[in-house]
Amino acid sequence: MAIESDVLVIGGGLAGLTSALAAARAGADTRLVSYKQSTLRNASGLIDVLGYTSDGEGPLADPYAAIPDLPEEHPYRTVGVDTVRTAMSAFDDAVPSYRGGHTDRNALVPTHGGTVKPTARYPDSAADGLASDDRDVALVGLESMTDFDARRAAAHLEAAGVPFDVRGITVRFPGDLRPDAKVTRYAKLLDADEEVSVRGRRRPARAALAERVNPELRGEPRVGFPAILGDDEATAVREELSERLGAAVFEVPMGPPSLPGLRLEDRLFAALSEAGASIETGNPVTEFDGEDRIEQVYIEKNGAKIPNSAEQYVLATGGLVGKGVESDREGVYEPIFDCHVAHPEDRYDWFDTDVFGDHEFAGFGVRTDEQLRPLDAGGTVEFENLRAAGSVLGGYDFAAEKSGSGVSIATGYDAGTNAASES
Amino acid sequence: MPSTPHVVVIGGGSTGAGIARDLSMRGVEVTLLEQGNLTHGTTGRMHGLLHSGGRYAVADQASAEECIEENRVLRDIASHCVEMTGGLFVKRPEDSEEYFQEKLAGCRECGIPAEVISAEEARSMEPHLAADIEKAITVPDGAVDPFRLVVANAASAQEHGARIETHSTVTDLLVEDEEVVGVEVEHASGPGKRVHGTEGGREEIRADYVVNATGAWAGRIGEMAGVDIEVRPSKGVMTIMNVRQVDTVINRCKPKGDADIVVPHETTAILGTTDEEVDDPEDYPEEQWEVDMMIDTLKELVPMLEKARTIRSFWGVRPLYEPPDVGSEDPTDITRDYFLLDHAERDGLDGMTSIVGGKFTTYRMMGEEISDHVCEKFGIDADCRTDEVPLPGSEEFSVLRDYMDEFGLRSPIGRRSVERLGSRAEEVLDTDEPNPVVCGCEGVTRAEVQDAIEGAGSDLNAVRIRTRASMGNCQGGFCCHRLANELSREYDEVTTRAAWDELLQERWKGQRHALWGEQLSQAMLNYAMQAATQNRDSDPADGDDIEFAAFDGGREAPDPSADEAGVATDGGEDGH
Repeated sequence: MAIESDVLVIGGGLAGLTSALAAARAGADTRLVSYKQSTLRNASGLIDVLGYTSDGEGPLADPYAAIPDLPEEHPYRTVGVDTVRTAMSAFDDAVPSYRGGHTDRNALVPTHGGTVKPTARYPDSAADGLASDDRDVALVGLESMTDFDARRAAAHLEAAGVPFDVRGITVRFPGDLRPDAKVTRYAKLLDADEEVSVRGRRRPARAALAERVNPELRGEPRVGFPAILGDDEATAVREELSERLGAAVFEVPMGPPSLPGLRLEDRLFAALSEAGASIETGNPVTEFDGEDRIEQVYIEKNGAKIPNSAEQYVLATGGLVGKGVESDREGVYEPIFDCHVAHPEDRYDWFDTDVFGDHEFAGFGVRTDEQLRPLDAGGTVEFENLRAAGSVLGGYDFAAEKSGSGVSIATGYDAGTNAASES
Repeated sequence: MPSTPHVVVIGGGSTGAGIARDLSMRGVEVTLLEQGNLTHGTTGRMHGLLHSGGRYAVADQASAEECIEENRVLRDIASHCVEMTGGLFVKRPEDSEEYFQEKLAGCRECGIPAEVISAEEARSMEPHLAADIEKAITVPDGAVDPFRLVVANAASAQEHGARIETHSTVTDLLVEDEEVVGVEVEHASGPGKRVHGTEGGREEIRADYVVNATGAWAGRIGEMAGVDIEVRPSKGVMTIMNVRQVDTVINRCKPKGDADIVVPHETTAILGTTDEEVDDPEDYPEEQWEVDMMIDTLKELVPMLEKARTIRSFWGVRPLYEPPDVGSEDPTDITRDYFLLDHAERDGLDGMTSIVGGKFTTYRMMGEEISDHVCEKFGIDADCRTDEVPLPGSEEFSVLRDYMDEFGLRSPIGRRSVERLGSRAEEVLDTDEPNPVVCGCEGVTRAEVQDAIEGAGSDLNAVRIRTRASMGNCQGGFCCHRLANELSREYDEVTTRAAWDELLQERWKGQRHALWGEQLSQAMLNYAMQAATQNRDSDPADGDDIEFAAFDGGREAPDPSADEAGVATDGGEDGH
């Protein structure tokens, strides 16, 4: 007997989670299966909607105004600007710890690379770091953390023209962490407020960190740290530091492994459980039955193939990074259902010669009808009950546009809602 | 004749650096000029094979004998640059038995230790060899890091008083009365270490003698003084795999052919190569079929290569030369031997000799010969010592293992740092500061990066070749910004940003030839981290001014659109 549900979502990243949440909230019996660690841990945790147009114009102050002028094949054009707005509201509902929903306008958030980037939603922890806020900033770097150099970041922000003074200071994290400690180690230590040894005395970690930073401050009203300030207890960590430093405290989002991304993932999985969906992680979907319609898929688990069947399916397996789109020397393909992925025949047409040029590969993915159902090479719907969401979609370059999260949320929401209504 | 002649050596590859070291050790005043980084031309674009001579043992025995001699010298003087992997000449069923026997006999004639082993023995050494190979010949091939070797030669030259100028292009030769008396140089930045954004300038450098060691670029220098040097540049592709599929150098045992060697190199394996004459050493096609041929041909020896991940490909140009009267049609027929062209004898132009042809393994011998030549001209009676005096870093290799514990470096990172640094490990790693890993793929720590910055100026590509940082699996995706952070301890933000951009471009260049499968995923991840997360592609610091007030100022900043609606600023949806 197959495990049955109304809607089966394949993929546990932002698109899959959004899609399953939308389906479950619409009343469908929803099941989400995911295989690998989601790519949220690679992402900054910021929710970009659209920072630059496909032609590179920007940073855009209003992402929604630019959507109608995007190229026709862009997923935002498929779902339409109204759906983008509705989906973002649904996200705000599901994730109350995120800010930015009070306005249509993008925020400019400092990056760990040192410049600013436009984004539509940001975690609470980044709210006091916005670059359009004119309060002066002290950035705090940690001596052994190679990913973030506070002095360089501060100088870089000034070069970007931010409307405040910014200064970088570097401290040694208290205690005896080894120089290659992972960000999660710092976060756990601050979560638990473990005692650390400072010049022979035992001190709670949060207080000890504040004592290291305090003498370096010159009355700046806000202080930024790399995103290591706690995981489960992030708010408490930030509040305590803020009190001890007498300044607002914010986090600068970082690259992988990204705590804000991991926190967001936790929050969305919790919301999905609350909405009553069933969740299975750690095993891949490897095969399926069906021709015009998907009858069932098989999940490989300890060498056995477990059938799962549903009325409607959502493909949210990610793009090239998440392995929802794969390639070899001969071509590019979608590995589960073999949905058509358009790509130039010559492998040397897949990229531009400039590192940040117009890369064809960035747009690899499935093309769909107006209901997000993947199309074959001839433009016919591949399977009548399969929709695609997130980075598995082609036709847009999320990295250049800063649109990755927004497309995942908008198409995830749309696919999940429509799948629920047809199940 | 002046008591200490001043010799300008043009070309910062293995030959030029070797000559600079040799001459300066003999008391000559040397200036070495290189248009890019050290190793920028051909040296930095080789497959890292330390020849046993086996490859030339049938067709070019003079070269083979030189190779085995220098192979032994380099193991001794450059132990921290060499990994003695051993090599195999592998015979497949379709390869000629006659040639196999010729190879074996040839090796022995040239003094290259060579033994025949069975297919089973070969596969017990290298389990990924194809199941149907017949047998193999063992030879003492090895792997050598050309970057480390050239940097060590230049460092040694500097210790002996030489002046080393990188990013300094020779724009003209100064000729007076049929004699070369110096060079005109354009410095990309000021004289000394390269610093981005530092104003360069022209400099006239007078010299008592000029040595042209520019390899494939020799003709260009010759032209400046009206002499004709017919170098025949020949390109070859090399494809880098993400892991070492083999730990021994694997050669195909057949007469000359493309795609017949796999060299284990540090954490990678390098597949090579092709041999095709090109017109311009700086501008030639780099094509897909060449990469495909490496994989499709070499999988006959090592089948797992077909599905393996490649991280990038690069092309190098051999500076082949043959006397004009030989006239080989096919570049593979041109000798690998080197030639010393004294332009006084050859062209009636005093003051300059060019050295052309040859190969990396014999760089030291070439340096010795030309240094002898120069010394003879100036009546200097000093013996060559480059075959006995270890290079900086290779002095006391036996004590290296102890450093690991001493500096608290975790294996395998410690092992790798110490191997790269050789006997300099103590000097570099002995720091009171925390010493975190900057490049995780290659295990390069901050102390090594800082040491390299000290030697290389603000040039992150020069830091890269000294340390291998950003040369592993992720091709800099995770560490380019970290290297920029390290650089910013010494240099200002604008300089750092320029060097960072240059590194990103350089890392992208070779990856383009590996963009499918895992490496395409990696490229997309790198692109996402650098463009989406860091906004490095649309950095406002590089572009126009932003109107910050037009963007969301946060919860506490007034929101004009909200004000119009008469709603509290923190209202958002719920406020209505």
